[in-house]
Amino acid sequence: MTTVKYTSEHEWIRVEDGVGTVGITEYAQEQLGDVVFVELPEVGKVVEKGGEAAVVDSVKAASEVYAPVSGEVSEVNAALVEDPAKVNADPLGEGWFFRIKLSDPGELDDLMDSVAYQELVESLA
Amino acid sequence: MNETLKNDLNKTPLHALHVERGAKMVPFAGWEMPLQFEGIIAEHLHARSQAVLFDVSHMGQAVLYGDNPAESLETLVPGEIQKLANDHQRYTVLTNAEGGILDDLMVTRRGDRLFMVVNAACREADFEYIRTRLEGQCTLEPQPDRALLALQGPTAVNALARLAPAARYLMFMHSQPLSIGNIPSVVSRSGYTGEDGFEISVEATDAEALARLLLSEPEVRPGGLGARDTLRLEAGFCLYGNDIDETTTPVEAGLAWTIGKRRRTEGGFPGAEIIQRQLAEGVQRRRVGIILDGRIPARAHAAVEDQDGAVVGEVTSGAYGPSVDSPVALAYVKTEYGEPKTPVNVVVRDQRLPGRVTALPFVEHKYVH
Repeated sequence: MTTVKYTSEHEWIRVEDGVGTVGITEYAQEQLGDVVFVELPEVGKVVEKGGEAAVVDSVKAASEVYAPVSGEVSEVNAALVEDPAKVNADPLGEGWFFRIKLSDPGELDDLMDSVAYQELVESLA
Repeated sequence: MNETLKNDLNKTPLHALHVERGAKMVPFAGWEMPLQFEGIIAEHLHARSQAVLFDVSHMGQAVLYGDNPAESLETLVPGEIQKLANDHQRYTVLTNAEGGILDDLMVTRRGDRLFMVVNAACREADFEYIRTRLEGQCTLEPQPDRALLALQGPTAVNALARLAPAARYLMFMHSQPLSIGNIPSVVSRSGYTGEDGFEISVEATDAEALARLLLSEPEVRPGGLGARDTLRLEAGFCLYGNDIDETTTPVEAGLAWTIGKRRRTEGGFPGAEIIQRQLAEGVQRRRVGIILDGRIPARAHAAVEDQDGAVVGEVTSGAYGPSVDSPVALAYVKTEYGEPKTPVNVVVRDQRLPGRVTALPFVEHKYVH
């Protein structure tokens, strides 16, 4: 079964069979504006929940992307290196950043579901 | 953002129009300004190919008058103001006693008065400083009830000339009162993007009607501060507070061209001895452009290193340049590293990004003369 969760830093994670796909939300890409470069983690890198996992450069500024959960990076979206604008065009789909093997699936319980995240975004408007 | 803080921000007369057009509004120098509408890259490229309308009403407009305002103002700036012809405009800087830059500004002569446009972040300090320094000689009158619009791009002239035919014959850095669709305005052929274009000063109460009129022309789209910044960066222009400030002199900043020939000999402006010495003997560091090889943009304060890893300078502005299609930066480097094509590395997130010093501007200026 598939679970989608969100962080207060505007990352999403979609978990299937113990592997999570991570990206940034529609709200985050809108706030960043045009993305011109994405720095992805090395495959095999072990990240802590809340630790810096990637960097996204917009025209204006660089921003960190944090790991929503702890685990080992198992795959990265190399297509973003060639075409970082995918993050703006399709943040929840083709604009994914990396996949992570969860070391503690229990950490997902600390994250927001889509209803809670939607409320957060509305409170920021 | 905290609501109280947000409510403290100044709003330009076009604020409601920006919100209506879907702008992302951000705080800038005490003002709530549009960062972008459709997106920085799209707006930037539109300004290089068609025409973009920017709201620059946050900038400070003022008029200076008195017995001889040009002679008086020359005691504060190194520019040639006394010989500035009627309706002509000039870019200059306010210097301090150390030869540093208090602000950069545009000065236009209209009859026996001088009109000035200064940076938003400096406006109160500038006005206070000019008032104090020129007390008994001149009166400085801020014009907070005027808005300022910048229409920039190669087809800006077509859009504006449809509403005010005389705009077509206005020459670069000249200014003229024009009626734009019955709205009284003062138009200069100038801007800060490197493109042909106009800056239009108008009564605040007429600003929204004028903006709607210009935006209804087929060439024109609205643009925000984001695109204005990437356009000026590619044009090699300084952003006050980043690329020039009280610690950088006009000579170091590559702005020696703004110092009049007579002024170089006569002096008579704050910091003249230091600036004259630098003109004669050279400077230790200078402002240059850097194009990076990869895709990672360098930001302000990134270190610039030589091939051996020694720090030789610092980035003061940096972004992805949409027209260059590469990361571009302005930096101060030791003079011996200032020659175009000099290889350098810029340090970003502990990576050494290769690049090369580049002659400014990054994108050729396209003014009409």
